[in-house]
Amino acid sequence: MTKLVKPYGDTQNDGKVQLSFTLPVEWSEAADEAARQLAGKMGFSEVQVVDGRRIASGFSFFVLYASTPQGIDVETIHAPSVRASAMSMEEIDAFVTERIGRKVRVAGACIGTDAHTVGIDAILNMKGYKGDYGLERYHTFETFNLGSQVAVDELVRYTQEHRIDALLASQVVTQKGSDVKNFTALSELLEAQGLRDRVVLICGGPRVTNLLASELGYDAGFGRGTLPSEVASFIALTLAERLRHAVR
Amino acid sequence: MELRIDRSCVERCRKLAAAIADPVETFIAAHSTVSVERAVLRLLGVDGITAEEVPLPNAVVDSIAVDARGHGAAIPFGRALAETGLEPPALAHALTSGGCTLEQFAETPESAARGALRPYVDEALTRITARRAERTEALVRLPQLPPPLLYVIVASGNIYEDRTAAVAAAEAGAQVIAVIRSTGQSLLDFVPYGPTTEGFGGTYATQANFAIMRTALDEIGERLGRYVMLTNYASGLCMPEIAVMAALERLDMLLNDSMYGILFRDINMKRTFVDQHFSRMLNAYSGIIINTGEDNYLTTADAVDQAPAVLASQFINEEFAHRAGLPDAQIGLGDAYEINPDLEDSFLYQVAQAQLAREIFPEASLKYMPPTKHMTGDVFKGHLIDAMFNLTSVMTRQSIHLCGMLTEAIHTPFLGDRALALENARYVMNTARHFGDEMVPRPGGAIELRAQDVLNGCEALLERVAAAGLMHAIEAATFADVSRAPEGGRGFDGVFARAADYYNPFEEALAPAAVRA
Repeated sequence: MTKLVKPYGDTQNDGKVQLSFTLPVEWSEAADEAARQLAGKMGFSEVQVVDGRRIASGFSFFVLYASTPQGIDVETIHAPSVRASAMSMEEIDAFVTERIGRKVRVAGACIGTDAHTVGIDAILNMKGYKGDYGLERYHTFETFNLGSQVAVDELVRYTQEHRIDALLASQVVTQKGSDVKNFTALSELLEAQGLRDRVVLICGGPRVTNLLASELGYDAGFGRGTLPSEVASFIALTLAERLRHAVR
Repeated sequence: MELRIDRSCVERCRKLAAAIADPVETFIAAHSTVSVERAVLRLLGVDGITAEEVPLPNAVVDSIAVDARGHGAAIPFGRALAETGLEPPALAHALTSGGCTLEQFAETPESAARGALRPYVDEALTRITARRAERTEALVRLPQLPPPLLYVIVASGNIYEDRTAAVAAAEAGAQVIAVIRSTGQSLLDFVPYGPTTEGFGGTYATQANFAIMRTALDEIGERLGRYVMLTNYASGLCMPEIAVMAALERLDMLLNDSMYGILFRDINMKRTFVDQHFSRMLNAYSGIIINTGEDNYLTTADAVDQAPAVLASQFINEEFAHRAGLPDAQIGLGDAYEINPDLEDSFLYQVAQAQLAREIFPEASLKYMPPTKHMTGDVFKGHLIDAMFNLTSVMTRQSIHLCGMLTEAIHTPFLGDRALALENARYVMNTARHFGDEMVPRPGGAIELRAQDVLNGCEALLERVAAAGLMHAIEAATFADVSRAPEGGRGFDGVFARAADYYNPFEEALAPAAVRA
């Protein structure tokens, strides 16, 4: 049985949404009406323009409430999470010691021209994020934080020269799809150099999802709010799994 | 409001900052960099690009043999001016297209070179003085709204879209417009040329882009009856050159930190120290307010722990700024509202830190930066946190207020985001305009204790830095947990020792004493 879910305002299936947008027109009552009709063209019904005002010459801002006729069957949605199986730092160290038997070499960088290291630092730096220690603190990880604005070919060379087990690429700036371009360039270059299967390849950033990561050929993608131990768990489990297959 | 803080502790911090700056200043005085020399050429009128699109200032400086750089670029260029009779732009083209070389005039007397340079030096200084006078006149005729000055960022990558956004923001109440640079520009060892329409996370800082934005803001300023300030970013490998461009195009503020590039962009520390000094001399002369980057300490580490480092950096930035001739009103020391919002009483800590800076630097144009680190994509909560930031700013009398965006951490601001952010700031600051005047922090209460704690922590940190020396302290990861080696990082190959006959014709005119007089 399919079960369609609609947005919930105050009654099951009322389909209520709130919208806000700017139109490049001078404000007038006609502009409010234009906003209302535009929402209708988007497929919404019961459109109410609850606020419309001038924000600059030739620009108006609108807040709307409306109903959508659309629903979605959540059961059919596939978005694998990589954050479910996280272990604690101590558990991960014990796991790596037992199952891998050597230090795991992890390199991370903000690639391309991106200079925003907040994300990669939160995962790698000793201090970590939200009280969850960064990978530098783990006894069983050897980490190399290459910082900001690392060129993709430089990172690939580093991966080869330093026998990196897991590679973390971070992108915060997403303007004009620069993040996807850089992520793609990295996975393609690793592939071209025959290194792709030798590393656990992970991407991260506030707009990254695991689904996007798999589409780009990454082993995992971590978005906003990710804790270092979640990344560490994924690296440890994936590497152990690969070693198990390799031994066979 | 006023905190009872230990004033003798503040005095000791200032003495420590002076002790920290002394040996660095000695180093600065004995060195120059390729970007300082390129700035000298730009001041002399060298601008444009070669057929291969290399900026002419780079091409001319690169044509000087490495072992001859110690004399500076001005004298060899002046000899060529004297011998060829060409104007600086034409000479630069001739030098870079094979028409002549600097070496061929090596025998020309230095006095002839100095004489040939003189009119161009005077012309540059006259031009900058005129731009400064324009600002002074405009600020009288078109007075700004009271501080905190509302500052917003435009960053589309396309200077013409930025112009639309900037004009709209000014109409919505913005008093300062900053054009964020394309990510990565700070690491370019040249300044791009001409108007640009492509950039990532921002728009390239070029002199043409500066001029386009200046014209647009002057127009809207006239229409609104209030002057709208323009800001860009000097930090990076081209600090002195961007300072020249900003002076010539009448920018009003520049991001210019004495240590930011070292710590957060891995630019060589010697390069940065020399570059920041000459760029700040130019800023002082052109009436530009510098904005320092202490907010970066807070975004990369825990904001509660880093508070003493922020204050220590403010003392150091102030000291270097004074030594470059900047008066207090032109020093926009940075701070940011970055404490974890989940922390109980985090608002009290924010007020303590902001008020502490206000009292220690009473005449400085303090720059207050918005929350970014704990902004999540929940725009509703974000708007609320921004309101608390706005309240802190107005009650502690910050001077320059970078408006927080509810869409921080999502995208570079939409036009509508900026309007909402400005409405938020205007509402909070209007409704609580004199709130700070009515408040007396409880003597010995949480705010006062926190402020004194931060001050004590700062003094201890400055003592450690003074004992180690600034360069070694940076190497020992004293700031932001980042270690940088004195000869590591980007741009070190562009630093060189001055020869005994080194000559920079602008140094005398821009010397702090000359500016103060």
